[in-house]
Amino acid sequence: MTTSARLPEPPGGRAAARRRGPAWLRFWPIAPAVVFLVFFFVYPATLLLGLSAVDAEGAPTIEHYARLFRSDLYVKVLLITLKVAGWTTLLSLVAGYPVAYLLATVRDNTRNMLIIWVLMPFWTSFLVRTFAWIVLLGRSGAVNDLLVALGLVEYPVRMIYNFTGVMIGMVHALMPLCVLTMLSVMINIDTNLTRAASTLGARGGQAFWRVYFPLSVPGVAAGGLLVFITALGFFITPALLGGRKDTMIVQLIIFQIHEVLNWAFAGAIALLLLVTVLAIFFLYDRLLGLSTLSGETAAAGAARRHGIIARAGGRLGRLFTAGMGNLCEAAARLFDRLRPHRADRPRRGLSRGALWVAGLLVVAFLAVPSFFVIPVSFTEEGFLNWPPKGFSLQWYELVFASAEWPKAAARSLVVAVCAASLGMLVGVPAAFVLVRQRFFGKTAVFAFLVSPIIIPNIIIAVSLFYLFSKLALVGTITGLVLGHTVLAIPYVVITVMALIKNYDRRLDQAAWTLGASRLRTFLHVTFPIIRPGLIAAFMFAFIISFDELTIALFVTGGDFTTLPKQMWDDAIMRVNPTLAAVATLLLVFMSCVIVLSEILRRRGAAR
Amino acid sequence: MTDPKDYKLVTRGVRKTYGPVVALDGADIEMREGEFLTLLGPSGSGKTTLLMAIAGLNDPDRGEIWIDGKLATYLPPFERDVGMVFQNYALFPHMTIYENIAFPLRMRRQGEAAVRAAVRRVLDTVRLPGVEDRMPRELSGGQQQRIALARCFVYEPSIILMDEPLGALDKKLRDALQREVKHLHENLGITVLYVTHDQEEAMVMSDRICLMNDARIEQIGTPADLYFRPASVFAADFLGESNLLSATVAGTGGGEVALTTGDGRTLRGRARDEVEPGARVTLMIRPENVGFASDTEPDNTVEGVLKEVIMSGQITRYFLELPDGAEMVATGLTGGDRGRPETGGTARFGWAAEHTVVLRDH
Ligand SMILES: Nc1ncnc2c1ncn2[C@@H]1O[C@H](COP(=O)(O)OP(=O)(O)O)[C@@H](O)[C@H]1O
Ligand SMILES: [Mg+2]
Repeated sequence: MTTSARLPEPPGGRAAARRRGPAWLRFWPIAPAVVFLVFFFVYPATLLLGLSAVDAEGAPTIEHYARLFRSDLYVKVLLITLKVAGWTTLLSLVAGYPVAYLLATVRDNTRNMLIIWVLMPFWTSFLVRTFAWIVLLGRSGAVNDLLVALGLVEYPVRMIYNFTGVMIGMVHALMPLCVLTMLSVMINIDTNLTRAASTLGARGGQAFWRVYFPLSVPGVAAGGLLVFITALGFFITPALLGGRKDTMIVQLIIFQIHEVLNWAFAGAIALLLLVTVLAIFFLYDRLLGLSTLSGETAAAGAARRHGIIARAGGRLGRLFTAGMGNLCEAAARLFDRLRPHRADRPRRGLSRGALWVAGLLVVAFLAVPSFFVIPVSFTEEGFLNWPPKGFSLQWYELVFASAEWPKAAARSLVVAVCAASLGMLVGVPAAFVLVRQRFFGKTAVFAFLVSPIIIPNIIIAVSLFYLFSKLALVGTITGLVLGHTVLAIPYVVITVMALIKNYDRRLDQAAWTLGASRLRTFLHVTFPIIRPGLIAAFMFAFIISFDELTIALFVTGGDFTTLPKQMWDDAIMRVNPTLAAVATLLLVFMSCVIVLSEILRRRGAAR
Repeated sequence: MTDPKDYKLVTRGVRKTYGPVVALDGADIEMREGEFLTLLGPSGSGKTTLLMAIAGLNDPDRGEIWIDGKLATYLPPFERDVGMVFQNYALFPHMTIYENIAFPLRMRRQGEAAVRAAVRRVLDTVRLPGVEDRMPRELSGGQQQRIALARCFVYEPSIILMDEPLGALDKKLRDALQREVKHLHENLGITVLYVTHDQEEAMVMSDRICLMNDARIEQIGTPADLYFRPASVFAADFLGESNLLSATVAGTGGGEVALTTGDGRTLRGRARDEVEPGARVTLMIRPENVGFASDTEPDNTVEGVLKEVIMSGQITRYFLELPDGAEMVATGLTGGDRGRPETGGTARFGWAAEHTVVLRDH
């Protein structure tokens, strides 16, 4: 802020700062977050990657990397991983774009309601979603049941334990992220622009393709990047919904650790994955500029980029949009020839109706599946068949009577509360400094604090496993909390930074002029206003931890499990209705958490 | 009824609702070629809705729109010959100035050589040559607005619609651009339908003003018509300063109306429409037509206590409190022949019958 120089100083402002010592002391609140990540993220990752470059005696070697390329297995799996991620990205973008476009162009109330449904997969536990797809897509699942009943197919179609199953599961999991990212760009596109285009003579799809679409490209690119990067690190969906041929690279790392305990080679595969991710970021930066990730508008990033790739991309893009525009115009002219516009009668726009239909179908795809675990959990049979037979509470009884489930649930709860609290404790002060102070290397510090989102979780998990095994932290609550805090910090920092950016600092300045000290200003003015946002950030971190499996997979051990880990172990052995019962309980619990936080938020906001 | 073919633009009974909200309730407008008509009214009065209906950006529920003698009510925007300038300019941010201005020509499949010549010509017209390769955000607000105008002029539409095009600019720039738009209108001979909520802007620029209020058209006329002969209390109050007094019609005759005010005074005025004796009316007198009635003996006089005298530059305002508590304002040039009367004492205001506009109450 350039104007702040003339606005009131905080009590004991400049003079006090001088007394307290050098300027960097003002930045100390950012230190805990940085130190934390250095210890539990950078350090272990360095250890792991270091292992991959030495042999059993500790002498430097490239043996492990040579092994990566000796057989074609690893390259093949990398290619499969890229293929799965690529298709997931493409499908998420193609199916998500109409939804985002619809959301961007409806009234606020309608939008808020639709967003709740789009976010449905986000809220429901990862494993609940995956089971829902098993219930839906299996040989005797709900979809096949319907298809056969309708006479569309004679025999059940194979939709699971193959590439189709992986695609359905992954697109379902990642599309919300994609839609929200695209929406954040589209919502800022001035609706008058397409109107202006149509008064200027753009007919049919010309206004969309030549004006709206190019402006939405940064959102498409950012959404695509996020989906692609996240998909690269997936293993739950491919493992549970895919076949043998759909093995992804993360599964190889897990195999190396869990089955053969080859740390060095696991490290080498991890580096391969990391290099792939970084290469993709590099390419993206060349093409569109990383600045577009932070939601900058189209013009700012795309218009004036230099470099061959960017220019070629720009020209190709323009050719593409012009071509699509002309194509749509030709189609529209043909259609208009058949049914000319009449000046005396309105013509309902067909395209808008089609958009609604497509949009609602996709929203249904996102929102509906999770609910299918509920009826199955009351079945009398021992399988996840559709339709469920009879009514019984036996699976619930089994869950509550068992030794592991209640303990795992309690542990998950404790870990999630602790990890979210710790994440807030170090993340919130860091967010304040990042928004309010200016210092050299701020962008780099921000990038560092959010990097755990970008780095595949498996790398964090395996390296923590290595570190914790030396510190005897494997199989302890402390270990889990520390690991989950690494993942929670980025979300807390991003959420709270957005919150503080929107906070009107003049309120603080008003309080200072009225005689309140810094502390009292914070307690009586700042805090009550940002409290709802802080609650949201806490909930976010809580859900991240509560639903976390990758770190739990390594840092837990024996009968010391968390809820997702217990579900995973069960699912790997045999998918059974107990899991449906647990999934239903989780669904109910998560809904309660969401509703509760919404109530807290509203109450806070109303005050 | 008039023949729509004689006009550049005709709207008849255009009505538009959004759910329960009536945004526009039966608008009738007629515009001749080359005319500058301004829709003036408070925010929310339906100006944009009418403009959008004419541009084809919303479908009216009822009514007809004729452009250039052809029925166009439900035609899509690209099949009517209109151009529109938006308040926030609506320049395409991802295109250069050249591409922005070339857009309508390319949509009309014109050859690139013709496009280049036309863009250069229109940039000269708006006095911004040489900005072809810049991006819109690299220009100032005023320059962007001129580019928006250029993008509209370049394909020579029958009618140009402008929705508060200067609303986002500061006062000084707005004054300059008002004159520029006016000159462009005169030099190019285009037909302009202009929207503003600023009465001064409407007065400065328009051939005629269409005053809108609450989804309806209150009055259409020249700026002088609206100022000196308002058709309603709303019109009288919205344009300029006015004194409003309640009265009852006592009798009519000889083009004049005799009126009785609440405290029994008799006044004389001129009615725009027919009024019957006994009707309740509101009298509108412009402050600049009111003066001290000490020396001359005007048609109408009132007596009261001079409460306040406020000098604001060239103009001084005198506030008189009447016995029934109503207030009357007179304005005059500062330091004129009147001297400075004492506040707190009694004073007499007077004005001519012809300056008393009689408005029927509804
Ligand atoms: N898209 C819309 N949906 C619902 N109501 C609208 C919409 N557009 C305008 N309105 C309503 O119609 C009325 C007239 O609006 P508008 O024509 O924009 O007024 P003006 O341009 O004179 O300020 C307002 O009450 C406004 O709230
Ligand atoms: Mg408006």
